[in-house]
Amino acid sequence: MALKRFKAMGAAIALAFWSKVAYAEFVWNFPKPVTPLAEDTLHVHNKFMLICMVIFLVVLGIMIYSIIHHRKDKGYKPANFTGPSTKAQVFWTLVPFALLLYIDFILMGIPAYHSVITMEDTKNNADMVIKVTGMQWRWQYEYMDGDAKGIKFVSNLKTPQEQIYNQAEKGPDYLLEVDNPVVLPVGKKVRILLTSNDVIHTWWVPQFGVARDAIPGFLRETWARIDEPGTYKGQCKELCGKGHGFMPVVVNAVSEDEFKKWAESKKAELAAASAVAEKEWSKEDLMALGKEVYEKNCSVCHQVDGKGVPPAFPPLAGSKIVNGPNFDAEGKLIKDSHLDRVFNGFRVMPAWKGVLNDVEIAAVVTYERNAFGNAMGDLLQPAQVKALR
Amino acid sequence: MATEASHYYVPNPSLYPFILSVGLLLMAAGFIFNINHYAVGLWMLLLGFLCVLYVLFGWFGSIIDESESGKYKAWEDRSFRIGMIVFISSEVAFFAAFFGALFYMRNISVPELASFDPNFTMYKDFLGTWPTAGPGGMVLGMEYKPPQFTPMAAWGIPALNTLILLSSGATVTWAHWGLLKDNRRQLVIGLFLTIALGILFLGLQAYEYHHAYTEMGLTLGTGAYGATFFMLTGFHGFHVTLGTIMLIVILLRSMKGHFRPDHHFAFEGVAWYWHFVDVVWLLLFVLVYWL
Amino acid sequence: MTTAAQAHEAHHDHHPTGIMRWLTTTNHKDIGTMYLVFALIMFMVGGAMALAVRAELFQPGMQLMRPEFFNQLIGVHALIMIFAALMPAATGFANWLIPLQIGAPDMALPRLNNWGFWLLPPAAILLTLPFILALFGIGDGAIATGWTFYAPLSVQEGIGVDFAIFAVHLLGISSVMGSINIIVTIFNMRAPGMTMMKLPLFAWGWLITAFLLIATIPVLAGAVTMLLTDRHFGTHFFNAAGGGDPILFQHLFWFFGHPEVYILLLPVWGFIPHILSAFSRKPTYGYKAQVYSFWAIGILSLVVWAHHVFTVGMPVPALLYFMYSTMSISLPLAVLFFCWIATMWRGAMSFETPMLFATGWIILFGIGGLTGLVLADVAADAQYHHSYFVVAHFHYTLFAGGMMGMMAGTYFWLPKMTGRMYSEKLGKLHFWLTAIAFNLTFMPQFFLGLAGMPRRIPDYALQFAEFNMISSIGAFILGLSQLIFVYNIVSCIRGQGEKAADKPWEGAEGLEWTLSSPPPYHSFTVQPVVK
Ligand code: HEA
Ligand code: HEA
Ligand code: HEC
Ligand code: CUA
Ligand SMILES: [Cu+2]
Repeated sequence: MALKRFKAMGAAIALAFWSKVAYAEFVWNFPKPVTPLAEDTLHVHNKFMLICMVIFLVVLGIMIYSIIHHRKDKGYKPANFTGPSTKAQVFWTLVPFALLLYIDFILMGIPAYHSVITMEDTKNNADMVIKVTGMQWRWQYEYMDGDAKGIKFVSNLKTPQEQIYNQAEKGPDYLLEVDNPVVLPVGKKVRILLTSNDVIHTWWVPQFGVARDAIPGFLRETWARIDEPGTYKGQCKELCGKGHGFMPVVVNAVSEDEFKKWAESKKAELAAASAVAEKEWSKEDLMALGKEVYEKNCSVCHQVDGKGVPPAFPPLAGSKIVNGPNFDAEGKLIKDSHLDRVFNGFRVMPAWKGVLNDVEIAAVVTYERNAFGNAMGDLLQPAQVKALR
Repeated sequence: MATEASHYYVPNPSLYPFILSVGLLLMAAGFIFNINHYAVGLWMLLLGFLCVLYVLFGWFGSIIDESESGKYKAWEDRSFRIGMIVFISSEVAFFAAFFGALFYMRNISVPELASFDPNFTMYKDFLGTWPTAGPGGMVLGMEYKPPQFTPMAAWGIPALNTLILLSSGATVTWAHWGLLKDNRRQLVIGLFLTIALGILFLGLQAYEYHHAYTEMGLTLGTGAYGATFFMLTGFHGFHVTLGTIMLIVILLRSMKGHFRPDHHFAFEGVAWYWHFVDVVWLLLFVLVYWL
Repeated sequence: MTTAAQAHEAHHDHHPTGIMRWLTTTNHKDIGTMYLVFALIMFMVGGAMALAVRAELFQPGMQLMRPEFFNQLIGVHALIMIFAALMPAATGFANWLIPLQIGAPDMALPRLNNWGFWLLPPAAILLTLPFILALFGIGDGAIATGWTFYAPLSVQEGIGVDFAIFAVHLLGISSVMGSINIIVTIFNMRAPGMTMMKLPLFAWGWLITAFLLIATIPVLAGAVTMLLTDRHFGTHFFNAAGGGDPILFQHLFWFFGHPEVYILLLPVWGFIPHILSAFSRKPTYGYKAQVYSFWAIGILSLVVWAHHVFTVGMPVPALLYFMYSTMSISLPLAVLFFCWIATMWRGAMSFETPMLFATGWIILFGIGGLTGLVLADVAADAQYHHSYFVVAHFHYTLFAGGMMGMMAGTYFWLPKMTGRMYSEKLGKLHFWLTAIAFNLTFMPQFFLGLAGMPRRIPDYALQFAEFNMISSIGAFILGLSQLIFVYNIVSCIRGQGEKAADKPWEGAEGLEWTLSSPPPYHSFTVQPVVK
């Protein structure tokens, strides 16, 4: 009886296996570990699974033996014992219990203890610190020390909506690709600080053996020492709203030299971006950049056409706020104005001042005021945004 | 016992439970609509409340009638007693949740906020001492600046209230002695005093709340301290209110001549409830006001 | 004040007929029937939601719905399955069986009993109403936070969360009322001679369940109340800016949530031995050991909750404590497994449908339990946590352990309740289809989880496609096979099928089998004496 079921189960698994040979390494177990922590986790996991499998087979074996032999239609006469009656029997029922104690707290307990200690050892001998901030629905990375100190950028999902809504062929990295991957050097112990701007997210890279919650208002930490260069992918793992399935983590692990080079070029890029904040921008340039920024950051909620998803996400097309003034007569930012909403956020609407730079904010605000049928005609200069900081 | 079996009183079919559920559904939905600014909410709330009120009178009325017409004997009585004990246990668990929240915030989250790695903390000058309104910050797009407030001192009204509730525990016990001796006068006076003390307590509590809101800058929104303070004392006050109402019913019934020295579960149930409310207050006094 | 007062002293079969019979009943069997029928209906509703989820996950890409709606479906699926299907099913059996098994005239507090039931439909309405309101432009649909309500997402979300909060309040009152009733009944209504240590294991299981409910449901009620005030009245329980902590919510939730899983299964662990012993024609092995294990599980379950929040960053001692205490739950469960198998050992077994379900149940729940054990390992849990591995674990425990257990019980007692035999052929078919389709649905999810697929995502990367497809196909077979179950039950209720004997199973033991099938309206008008 039960055997039959197992045949069926085997068939199902075989079917799965057969169709998945292409991704063989992904099928049966954790993906290939690339940090000491992940290595350790894999060992512990394998060991525990094996133990459980053995227990399962033993229990199942006894049961199947009994099912086959102790049957009414074979004329088996039932015994009527209700518990161990002799001292010897009591002893033999206690043996498995003792065995299980041993399994739980020695065989499994001790390796588990060591991996917990390793996992939580985040500060000792750390070579560098990065800060990861989760927000709906993107990750922000900030390098806190070392060569890359001061670099700060946001990492967004790159997969286009057309792929998600089946209007285009899905790429090989479907849902696991970002515009700005975080870059880390190999062989260095990276201390990873985590926090969040809105709700709880979990930063997870399976091949690092690392998953830790990013909790708004709190700092959490974990660590990774990547042994091999490569691109490692993970996802946000705590339900964080409608975009939860769409906030991947992509890490580029590179050699130390390459890391230094990357840091230089990234810094130059960021400096250039802040330099242009000083200059006077033309409306066309602002509109073009604004559209780009809008579609990358805002369209998840307010939709590409600015119609929103009322009542949760208000339309920007025809919005009173968008079609209202930003500054009062003295040139001070008006509370609850368009720029105030974008800069400081409100309830579910994120605050963008920490995420977008001055040019981007100026551009997206300008864009919103002159798109989706809004026709304010005015434009916002990056310098005006900069003055608010 | 075998002969008693046929006599366990199984009440006749009754529509009250159903109406009560409908009433609660209306109240819940009404409340939700109300706090989300839909106008129907208030009306649904009101309608639901009327249903509940109707059932309270009807259901308890029939229980009182059944009790007075002698349908409840020792066996049924035992059911009520066990049931009441279990019910009060569930209330204890309810308060435990809020005490747990107090413990957690005070001993875990507030100190933790103050103890992040000094290189990276976002709360540079937050000390993490209790009482606190929190370190402040942006949350879900709303700026929260912790207000200035004066914490509630233990040795003014709260101490007086402790005294009041403790004496009310004594008076209700005294009333019980009266009932056991079949001394109706003592019963009624004892109950009356208990109710008066209960109302006095509530009055002082209301005064304290008013004071907190208007002069001490202490509100429900005053961070961890305000939230735990008002939720704990508020739910306690709500239970005192219920207890007082129940005591009033018992008083009225006593005046009508209900209860006998050997048969007065309703009285005892309410008295237990009152003692439970007392004990919760003692915990509150020590953990919320004093320490 | 009038109805009851005018009513007659005497007890007889008189009761209103038609719909009023059900609205007003104080009879434990009627109330039990209502619970069971309600549970079956909600099982369909919850199952339909699961099928919608599986349909969306059939292929990568968003096919059928928006991500918001997907999130609403999973949360409401879970809340309905747990609170409106599995728990009511268990309470239904308790209402039917406990008075019969302990020789009581009825439940101790019959009107309260009726109220306990009638709180459920309003709660179900509150859970599902937001879906309908959204169609009329009110609010943006049901709760979209999963069944766990985690703050601050649940502070941020819309009106659906308010509805779910109050649904939980009503469900909580219902469970507390049900528990009070069961505790009082077991303590006060036992037939003479029915000492506690002669109590049927089903009643024992339920007694512990009731204690757990009394201890934990109010904590959940408190937690969602704090959530409500955080949402609407400006408190800062779950808000760092005010000195609160989102993790506080998780602790409160799981202080309830973990015992809840044993609340769901203790009744099943209670009745499985009845079935095993009946079809092995051999007395239950290790009665006392099982009772003590129930106690051990009940008590341990209250102190292990934080294994659900290993990734939030707890201090090391807390991690270690919660890891080891969680592992220790496997010990009493090992005792139970031992007793179940020893009950079968050297019996004279036959495999009618209830026994098929019971044996299949042992195997499948074993898989669920053992995978639970590996989840307890903190470091590896960083990988398993909130991945499909966990989803597979808890469907092995909740669907196989919970629902299939309930199915075993249904087939076992259906003849007693309805007076009719179900179709054995269909019953067996139902078992095999369920068991096979169940594994087809959820076995691949273990591998999905290991490979790195997070749960609660409406769309996934391409390397997860095949397993998801298999799982979805399995789910639809699984769903359709439940129609056989429904058919079997309905035909018994409608009086089709053979008449059932008072004791349809040769080896069954217990007071309930001494009554006619179906039992008279008032079960034991004279309490039997147990020797
Ligand atoms: C009825 C439901 C049920 C039951 C019975 C269990 C039983 C157990 N569960 Fe499970 N669990 C859930 C329902 C259930 N669980 C749910 C719903 C979730 C997810 C919630 C959510 O996030 O939405 C969850 C999640 C969950 C987690 C969190 C995972 C995560 O999110 O990271 C953990 C971690 O420790 C865990 C552990 C256990 C353990 C140790 C048991 C033990 O009780 C199991 C004991 C049983 C056995 C061990 C098998 C039998 C014993 C033997 C055959 C003898 C020999 C065994 C040995 C001694 C090795 N469960
Ligand atoms: C008792 C509890 C219980 C039960 C019985 C089930 C039953 C099922 N569950 Fe569920 N599930 C949970 C409890 C339960 N689940 C919980 C707690 C979660 C976590 C939610 C969260 O993340 O917050 C969850 C989450 C969950 C997910 C993960 C969603 C996600 O994380 O993204 C999935 C996905 O496959 C799933 C699937 C199923 C399926 C296919 C069934 C099937 O077994 C259902 C089979 C039954 C039927 C189908 C109904 C009966 C038959 C009919 C209606 C006949 C008509 C049939 C047709 C129309 C075909 N469930
Ligand atoms: C997480 C989803 C989300 C994202 C991403 C988002 N918004 Fe919003 N936005 C909201 C919500 C929700 C509101 C309504 C806030 C409220 O009134 O409670 C809002 C309100 C606004 C308003 C005010 C409109 C009105 O009429 O009330 C403007 C302007 C706005 N957002 C601009 C932007 C811009 C610019 C971006 C991108 C740079 C953006 N939003 C990204 C959710 C989002
Ligand atoms: Cu961020 Cu899920
Ligand atoms: Cu658990």
